[in-house]
Amino acid sequence: MAPPSLRGVLPVGLVLGLALLVLAAASLLVGVGDVGAPDILLASRVPRTLALVLAGAGMAVAGVIMQLVAQNRFVEPSTAGTAESATLGMLLVTLLAPDAPVMVKMLAATASALAGTILFLRVLRAMPLRDRLTVPLVGIMLGGVVGSASTFIAYRTDMLQFLGTWQAGDFSTVLRGRYELLWLAAILTLVAYGLADRITIAGLGRDAAINLGLDHRRTVAGAVAIVATITAVTIATVGAIPFLGLVVPNLVAMAAGDNLRRSLPLVAASGAGLLLLCDVLGRVVRYPYEIPVGTVMGVVGSALFLVLLLRRDSRHA
Amino acid sequence: MRSPLTQGRVSPASVLALLALATLGLAIAFMTVGANGRWGFVLPFRGTKLASLLLVAGAVATATVLFQTVSGNRILTPAIMGFDELYRLIQTGIVVAAGTGGLGDPRLRFLAETGAMVLFALLLYRWLLNRNGGNLHRLLLVGVVCGVLFRSLSQFLQRLLDPNQFVVLQSSYFANFNAVRPDLLMLAALGLVAAGVAAWRLSGRLDVLLLGRDEAVALGIDYRKTLTLVLVLVAILVSVSTALVGPVTFLGLLVANLAYRMMPSYRHAVVLPAAALVAAITLVGGQLVLERVFSLNAALSIVIEFLGGLTLLVLLARRAQ
Repeated sequence: MAPPSLRGVLPVGLVLGLALLVLAAASLLVGVGDVGAPDILLASRVPRTLALVLAGAGMAVAGVIMQLVAQNRFVEPSTAGTAESATLGMLLVTLLAPDAPVMVKMLAATASALAGTILFLRVLRAMPLRDRLTVPLVGIMLGGVVGSASTFIAYRTDMLQFLGTWQAGDFSTVLRGRYELLWLAAILTLVAYGLADRITIAGLGRDAAINLGLDHRRTVAGAVAIVATITAVTIATVGAIPFLGLVVPNLVAMAAGDNLRRSLPLVAASGAGLLLLCDVLGRVVRYPYEIPVGTVMGVVGSALFLVLLLRRDSRHA
Repeated sequence: MRSPLTQGRVSPASVLALLALATLGLAIAFMTVGANGRWGFVLPFRGTKLASLLLVAGAVATATVLFQTVSGNRILTPAIMGFDELYRLIQTGIVVAAGTGGLGDPRLRFLAETGAMVLFALLLYRWLLNRNGGNLHRLLLVGVVCGVLFRSLSQFLQRLLDPNQFVVLQSSYFANFNAVRPDLLMLAALGLVAAGVAAWRLSGRLDVLLLGRDEAVALGIDYRKTLTLVLVLVAILVSVSTALVGPVTFLGLLVANLAYRMMPSYRHAVVLPAAALVAAITLVGGQLVLERVFSLNAALSIVIEFLGGLTLLVLLARRAQ
């Protein structure tokens, strides 16, 4: 007999786990080189598949945390100014300290992503009447303003191509020794799982959470720090992955509800699975050439987002 | 909210006259500053640039005011509704389908692009306005997400091009006032002036539409017919100006809202020209400052994007109060 927190989730979890294995196998087998060659498998294929799983799970979890903290279904790092702020941080640190180690650059991106996300939450708090559609709109516009600042700086300094590599997620350059930072995203995903109950309660709103004895401020600060770091790590290693954190949690919530302790493993697995699927698609469509997963995700994600927006019955919104 | 400028008894005509004078002054400065006496070269070169700046300013401003009147709010613009990305997608699609020189004559290509965009825009906005007439924020969000979808599709198609084609294509992605072809300028001017005049002649009916759909119908306006006509004009204005210089997303939002604040009247007969003049001042002044002071040629669209995005945020925040 499963513990009550897992009831109803186990069958879904089993199906997901199987799907994930199949997709991971496909991801390992697709490619130009011969899988038989040990170097290809260990130096390129395995790191790539691992990077996809880590980034997919991380971004989906970042999305679900953002949605609880902002109490809005349509918020995620790419609709809250988080991703664009992280990119701006990467750009600035690359300009000011081109030789800095990647860890330092990532810290700068994290700090910048944090600042952008906190600004977004401040703007939200200043808007007493926030209906569920204005919130993502404000986030997207904020991201647009930050993004145009980045474009302008990059344009002045001949960094437009660099900017492009952070703006569109691409796993084709992932090799052994060049993706390990993503394990940090995995660790943070586990930390989020440890905080799951607190974040769920924080998602009930400030007053309700304080009534239930939660230190609301600290929980939100911790949650936002996790989101900013996962986003910054992902952008620093493979580039932005739009809408993954928006679509996956919404689909999982329809199946498993809003208790983060129950839904987080499903969100992480589905995020990894969807990203693997998009990556394999991008590799197969124009074989032997590749279409970056950020682009595939942009098409799939925005199409699914439109479906979510235009559904007649907005029960879940 | 009334700005100091509209308090007291300022007539709309005097505000228009001031704006016109400022535009004229900037235009003269644009033509003459730093010319160093090489008039034979400078006048035609800068004249083409000035003409395209003025045309685009008038077109974008008119289109935005029209769109805001029929949608009944002052935050929407055709560009925010994904129009610019639609233009880029169509550009990309044409190159993928027919190659960079595919349609041969640039004038033919210009007409084909414009036609395709008018058709697309009409279908999309008509459907959206009909379907979501009630929920403005949903409409806006759908438009923004449509823009993201179009952009991702463009990126997807770009991957199917060879690098040389891509370089040619990329130049059409940013607004550029420096590489306008004179023959296209004439063609565009014809279309834009015709659409502008048609819009201005609709002024009276547009004033009635400001009252809202039901009131307009009660006062004898054929609502569906007028809406379609206005959307066709918007599509023509935006498509032609975009096909001429490329996308300038937030310019319309900035200038339309400035014009509303400045004019002591709601009548379209004066608001339309006011918005066009404010846009002309913004574009010509901006280009003048960027070129002569910062020697940046192509950055105008990025700066306008930044300012316009801020404008939108302020408008959203103020509405929510």
